[in-house]
Amino acid sequence: MTTLQDAPAQKKQAPGKVRKYSTRPRKSITLTLATGIILLYSVVPLIWLVINATKSREGLTDSFGLWFADGEFLLWDNIVSTLTYNDGIFGRWFLNTLLYVVVGAGGATFLAVLGGYGLAKFNFPGRGAVFAVVIGAVAVPGTALAVPTFLMFSQMGLTDTPWAIIIPSLISPFGLYLMWTFANDAIPTELLEAARVDGSGEFRTFFQVGIPLLAPGIVTVLLFTTVATWNNYFLPLIMLKDPDWYPLTLGLNAWNAQATTNGGEVIFHLVITGSLLMIIPLIAAFLLLQRYWQSGLAAGSVKE
Amino acid sequence: MMYTSRRNLLRLAGAVGVASVLAACGGGGDDSGTGGETVSADDVTKALEEGGELLIWSWDTTIKPTADAFMAKYPKVKIEVVNAGTNADQYVALQNALQAGKGVPDLAHIEYYALSQFALQKQVADLTGFGAPALKDKFAPGPWNGVTPNGGVFGLPLDSGPMVLYYNEEVFKKHNIAVPATWDEYYEAAKKLRAADPKVYIASDSGDAGTTTSMIWQAGGKPYTVEGNNVTINFADAGAQKYAALWQKMIDEKLLSNISGWTDEWFQALGNGTLATLVVGAWMPSNLVSGAPNGAGKWRVAPMPQWEAGGTATAENGGSAMSVMEASTRKALGYGFLEYLTNGEGVKTRLDNGAFPATTADLNSPEFQAKEFEYFGGQKINELFAQSSANVVPGWQYLPFQVYANSIFKDTAGQAYITPTKLADGLKAWQDASIKYGNEQGFTVK
Repeated sequence: MTTLQDAPAQKKQAPGKVRKYSTRPRKSITLTLATGIILLYSVVPLIWLVINATKSREGLTDSFGLWFADGEFLLWDNIVSTLTYNDGIFGRWFLNTLLYVVVGAGGATFLAVLGGYGLAKFNFPGRGAVFAVVIGAVAVPGTALAVPTFLMFSQMGLTDTPWAIIIPSLISPFGLYLMWTFANDAIPTELLEAARVDGSGEFRTFFQVGIPLLAPGIVTVLLFTTVATWNNYFLPLIMLKDPDWYPLTLGLNAWNAQATTNGGEVIFHLVITGSLLMIIPLIAAFLLLQRYWQSGLAAGSVKE
Repeated sequence: MMYTSRRNLLRLAGAVGVASVLAACGGGGDDSGTGGETVSADDVTKALEEGGELLIWSWDTTIKPTADAFMAKYPKVKIEVVNAGTNADQYVALQNALQAGKGVPDLAHIEYYALSQFALQKQVADLTGFGAPALKDKFAPGPWNGVTPNGGVFGLPLDSGPMVLYYNEEVFKKHNIAVPATWDEYYEAAKKLRAADPKVYIASDSGDAGTTTSMIWQAGGKPYTVEGNNVTINFADAGAQKYAALWQKMIDEKLLSNISGWTDEWFQALGNGTLATLVVGAWMPSNLVSGAPNGAGKWRVAPMPQWEAGGTATAENGGSAMSVMEASTRKALGYGFLEYLTNGEGVKTRLDNGAFPATTADLNSPEFQAKEFEYFGGQKINELFAQSSANVVPGWQYLPFQVYANSIFKDTAGQAYITPTKLADGLKAWQDASIKYGNEQGFTVK
């Protein structure tokens, strides 16, 4: 699941040409069309998911994909079956995912804020080296680290425990980098100096002056890490063998794989309904956090 | 935190996919069934009375109820059944655990095609010393052949997949086409179906390694011969060529649908009559019942089409064993449950939950054969399955690196389905790539 935020592109003005000031935003047919196409591209799978979550197993196979099956609206029944299949393991997977997100993404955000603030506002030897390492780490895909991490964790006896998912999730180089650049712009150094002169300790300054100013950036990083942890697949696939600790991604995949096994039960309708249930919290998080997030978009655009 | 040493990077190469085969067993001598420890029946009984914990990896949904029944019988035994992934996913997980030396289960569910790989690396225990060879007659020849690569007994058969022809009777009746008994008739029926209704195909095949090897098996082909470390791969033998020639005609004349197997679309086509037949193993009925519910009452089972009129040859398609892992510290206990599961009281629990047996006693029992299946219009399909099971062509072998070989099928032989490449050339490419890989792994492959 990704959502696209298109900032309106500003046309560069030719020098010397003075345009009349107008309060009406200018319209562009090309841009509207392009964003329309992107909107369709993003929304069609979602519509498909919602429509097909209302179908029975039979309905899935004998009706048109982008419209409801005749005389069938089984969304509620499907949700009930999804939540009760396999002794209600879906609920357990949901809670696992929540645990990984709250502890993993929450912790990653907290560490990114601490680190970003420190790197932006304190001058210390080796800052350049830290910068280089962070930029390098952004370029390494998490998937590439999964197997070495597995071998290391299995030596430490951490595989097949929630820690195997939470610990790697705590590190978000991209989040750190984002926080760092954001802190650079959002916190005037003079403000910190004023706080110090008034006798506030470093931590108090950070919590009472820094955090409120960083709020939009924090929300952005929190959204990024939440989406990454919520959709994490490869790491748990390698680390976890016990279905009791599965996140939703692995659980739904296991259900999907039942169709391909000898004598397995085919439950595509539950996989589809489960996928729908899985993205609802993410959509809710985006909608709820949007206003904090957007207020950060304009930060630093106007010189005060 | 995420520091990666060079040694780990080197080990990474082994942990992903299939680990280097011979590196893992130190050169690998020529094993012929003398390996493994000796455990008597008394040892097993004692282990069951003393109890303990067993960890089992399996994606088969019938194992858990069987384990529950077992625990009720032996209260001191505690069994945990874990679904660590399906087929190849689980093999990767198993290789990773073996590589790490931690978290290896006591018993693992391994398909016949993959078993010889784990057997050769001595990762699954040879049960010869446990008295397993005496069980030979309890199992059908196909599955027994599957658990005895290299002369040892590396697991006990869990289920089997003798092949049959599933066909949609409604479609055949509607267009007045006879159910094919030979492959020639099958080819003719495919043409008639296409002519009668352009939406209907006799079957779908987008290139699948398991189907291809099973078809060649039935045609009498023996493309793989394995003796210890000496492997021969030859897809130019008569059986393989017979199959390739027929299938080439089917591909050239566009008689096969290109829908990928096991997808939603595929189940849809099986349900709505646009795929008229299916040649697979006897474990398929429960997938049809839940995957293509709208085909209920329309499907029937017939013997697998023959290469020679009046023949009875069949092959196995899929099917799997349960093996005791070499790394397990509770082998006697594990073997106790294994016997219960594969040829003791546990078999009944599994059959009741929809598994297909590998044991001759159950295949031939009147009760099993008389069962009528509503989905198949009340047909006693088990009779045909049992017949097919008894007629599996003997002597088939899989490669000790079949998991890898199957993973490259689509890039080699599978090209024949989507490009002008001929299937015979595709099989040759698959053969060459498999030979190359086998030699890299330290086998002597010709």
